[in-house]
Amino acid sequence: MLDKKQMITIKGTREGLSLFIEESASFDDAIKELNEKIMASKPKKDEPVVSVKVKLGNRYLNEEQEQVLRRIISGENRFHIESIESELIRIEDALKWQEESEIKAINRIVRSGQVLYIKGDLLLIGDVNPGGKVIATGNIYIMGNLYGIAHAGSEGDRDAFIAASYMKPTQLRIADYISRAPDYEADGVYMECGIIDEEQDKIIIDSLKILSHKRKEISGFERRMNNG
Amino acid sequence: MGEAIVITSGKGGVGKTTTSANIGTALALMEKKVCLIDTDIGLRNLDVVMGLENRIIYDIVDVIQGRCKLKQALIKDKRFDYLSLLPAAQTSDKTAVTISGMKEIVAELKQEYDYIIIDCPAGIEQGFQNAIAGADRAIVVTTPEKSSVRDADRIVGLLEKEDMKESPSLVINRIRNHMMKSGDMIDVDDIVQLLSIDLIGIVIDDDEVIKASNKGEPIALSPNSKASIAYRNIARRILGETVPLQSLEDDKGVLMRVKKFLGMRG
Repeated sequence: MLDKKQMITIKGTREGLSLFIEESASFDDAIKELNEKIMASKPKKDEPVVSVKVKLGNRYLNEEQEQVLRRIISGENRFHIESIESELIRIEDALKWQEESEIKAINRIVRSGQVLYIKGDLLLIGDVNPGGKVIATGNIYIMGNLYGIAHAGSEGDRDAFIAASYMKPTQLRIADYISRAPDYEADGVYMECGIIDEEQDKIIIDSLKILSHKRKEISGFERRMNNG
Repeated sequence: MGEAIVITSGKGGVGKTTTSANIGTALALMEKKVCLIDTDIGLRNLDVVMGLENRIIYDIVDVIQGRCKLKQALIKDKRFDYLSLLPAAQTSDKTAVTISGMKEIVAELKQEYDYIIIDCPAGIEQGFQNAIAGADRAIVVTTPEKSSVRDADRIVGLLEKEDMKESPSLVINRIRNHMMKSGDMIDVDDIVQLLSIDLIGIVIDDDEVIKASNKGEPIALSPNSKASIAYRNIARRILGETVPLQSLEDDKGVLMRVKKFLGMRG
């Protein structure tokens, strides 16, 4: 008596509608029932657009299926898909996610002309010499001297930062921001970090203390979860 | 079985050839059998510094292309029986030398000599790759100048990728003590810290070096000059002796210290 069982459940909440799709039902059956339900309950022209959260449970949608779903719900009907949530994630995506959220520890000297590129956070135990370059999609932590170029958040993460035991960098880059060393001879700084300051709209170098209130997320796992 | 040491720097004009000539001479003075190889094809001058230019008949390209035997191309030094030179070609095409050709030559020389000193051309192209191909260890020469240290750093990075028996060591050349003191030159300690390789010698900037090389007599032969002692110390360190670094103070300083020492006793 499977077909008697509801495959689609719609619940109203304060934020909008939640649409549950029974995970054991076949996709085609579920879509069929969804079509009927949507047609029956779609808002009228003069009513406001309703936002919908789609909850898939333990079901994974491939791109094609997701498009079908989106077309039915938001296509001609006056629904707006707020999110599609699934408990599942592909191994491929999970590995990529893991790679991007890991801290990679590397013990070497990045010498002039060398480039070290890392996905995720970089923990470099060693120096970056003048002319050397380190790039990471996440944060850069250097236990050593930073004389060369460091580029954190290389894929656009403006919350990334660069911390070093000692820094006298040629350039600091964070996401699409670049700052360079002054033209006059200046001393380097110990135990400081480079970070984007929203108000000044540029990279500033400050003591590591500011991280504890400006980048609270680094101590938790959540930041990396969110980044993924 | 001998050891092959390549003398390299990346940047030109920091004293690779002078260093090669003098380390070779100093090792020969200690009765080691030494063969110098000049790999700077087209711009050879190790023979000039050694004062052996007029003795060249065949060169390294002739050996590689099979126009002569290796032994025929070797020039015996006019001062020591222990010292030989394999000169670079002056006219031939640079591409004539290959990595495998170099390896063969070095391997053959290692049978007969205790030390093979390879003078590397400037740059990081094929000539550099050839020069380091047969080497067991490398000595990187730098001067206390930013550009020279930067290039040395690049070279050390490239050398680390090679499979050499020992990690490279460093010679800091042309030190001017008064400039280092006033902070106008990079400090020896700062250079060593930045490059983080073993320091095997420091050589003071000495007018005598230029005079000697113009005469074709390596400075290592002169008994008392500071640069000469420095090169001989490097040779001793290559042989495994522990020799303290030379004082950078000038003679007056040394005298003052002796006086102070005597004063303390008296």
